[in-house]
Amino acid sequence: MILSTRGLTKTYAGVAANTDVDFDLPAGQTRAIIGPNGAGKSTFVGMVCGRIPASRGSVIFDGTDITTLPAHERIRVGMAYTFQITSVFPGLPVRENINLAARRRLGRNKRAVQSKTDEVLQRLNITDRADQLASDLSYGHQRILEIGMGLAQDPRLFILDEPTQGLAESEVEDFNQLIKSMDAETTILLIEHNMNVVMAVAEYITVLDQGMVLANGTPSEIRANATVQEAYLGTGHA
Amino acid sequence: MTNTSKTHALHYGLLAILAIAFVILPQYHSGNLARVMVLAIYAMGYNILFGYTGLLSLGHALFFSAGMYGLGLTMHLGGWTPAPAFLAALVASAVVATVIGFLVLRTSGVAFMIVTLMFAQAGYLTILYFGTYTRGDEGFALQQATRQLIGLDLTDQTIRYYTALILFSATLLLLAYFIRSPFGRTLIAIRENEERAKMLGYNVTAIKLKAVILSGVISGASGGAYALLFGNTGATFATVQFSILPLLWVLVGGAGTTTGPFIGVLFMTYLIDYASGQTTAYLIVVGVVLVLVTLFLPHGIMGTLRNKYAGWLP
Repeated sequence: MILSTRGLTKTYAGVAANTDVDFDLPAGQTRAIIGPNGAGKSTFVGMVCGRIPASRGSVIFDGTDITTLPAHERIRVGMAYTFQITSVFPGLPVRENINLAARRRLGRNKRAVQSKTDEVLQRLNITDRADQLASDLSYGHQRILEIGMGLAQDPRLFILDEPTQGLAESEVEDFNQLIKSMDAETTILLIEHNMNVVMAVAEYITVLDQGMVLANGTPSEIRANATVQEAYLGTGHA
Repeated sequence: MTNTSKTHALHYGLLAILAIAFVILPQYHSGNLARVMVLAIYAMGYNILFGYTGLLSLGHALFFSAGMYGLGLTMHLGGWTPAPAFLAALVASAVVATVIGFLVLRTSGVAFMIVTLMFAQAGYLTILYFGTYTRGDEGFALQQATRQLIGLDLTDQTIRYYTALILFSATLLLLAYFIRSPFGRTLIAIRENEERAKMLGYNVTAIKLKAVILSGVISGASGGAYALLFGNTGATFATVQFSILPLLWVLVGGAGTTTGPFIGVLFMTYLIDYASGQTTAYLIVVGVVLVLVTLFLPHGIMGTLRNKYAGWLP
């Protein structure tokens, strides 16, 4: 397992956002986490990557307990994270945004950083925009750039928090292709509202409801699951 | 020309003009300019933290005076010669910046401003408390006989000017190189988006501490150079006013630009010089001009030039 959580719980002033979440993600899988609004999806991945301190429970990454590590050290052991609300360095050129992501891992090896950056720019098809300020990019391209910053880190676990939110239909299609192309290189943990995306890219799905795991299964199993339909789609006993 | 060669042309051009200025300008102005260059070092130190890292400190007078008294006290009471005393200025400000940085970086935003201000006030009161040695507000003068470096008399107009120029050049070129370096770019990344930098795996707090130390040491170097070249110390250099000044200089000149701090000090010095020659109510004039500058040049002189006309400006 690349990632496991045991009893992961978060309470905000007595209100439980997540309760005893046990979660296992095998290396190489593309996993989607779905659930209605307020199900605790973002809180859960926030606790996994260290942005949100857990009230109790543990996070194990590739066999090592990382529960007490601060966020930046969790990134260092091999996670990458893209924010729900696009988060790039607006005043810096696109190339430098990716440089910064690559350099943290590759260090002072200028050539390696440069070739990694070029590779990512090419892969995302944004080489012609490399010298533009990130703030001058369209919303869709900023999202793509942030994913590029993740790719530049060569993560072992790539966490994407609602990556297709606000993207146009055509951009969503490109995004699906991108995720599929990453499938072989890394483990992907995806929070996603867009069911078309989930069904297209996820190999396995975890459903959260009211802060707890409601179901686990393949896309077809989840689609057929009556409890999920009831809780999530609200069509159980129609 | 590439952007790099334009940058070099700007920096070396500025330094060349300053080198020639002494010969051309009347003594009064070259004396002013020597002071401007020393204070510009202070402004450049402040700019590291404010302009590049995005941390607004209201307590930099503490670092400036740590350098000033690091040099002043070792020379005045310890009988040290200028070279080791200047080293003492750097060490003193580095130690103060490390301790203060460690404490204040637990806060951010408004709290950061208040806590830095508070520590600087504590530093000011400490200087007054040890008035027996520091002579409080009045300060002490460094005797001409002691201000000699490798046979050069630092009180001499010419030598003082070119010593100031050498220190200014070293700081300017060092910082210009530094902000292009990976570490410098990381500071800018923190200014742009701290949360993103953290979630790329950067230890943001440790990096900010390094920035505080670098900023503090450069400010301290300015304080030490000021005491050495102009011969006076005093607790007034540790007051709130002296913490606000670098903020104004950098805002007026252009935060996050290499030459902005110098332009800011130059502009403010001559603004005050001119206005006080016209009226005793010169602070009103200065205030109005500052309001106008912030209204019409919100990114400062060099920052506005960069945004509007010359994107390559470093």
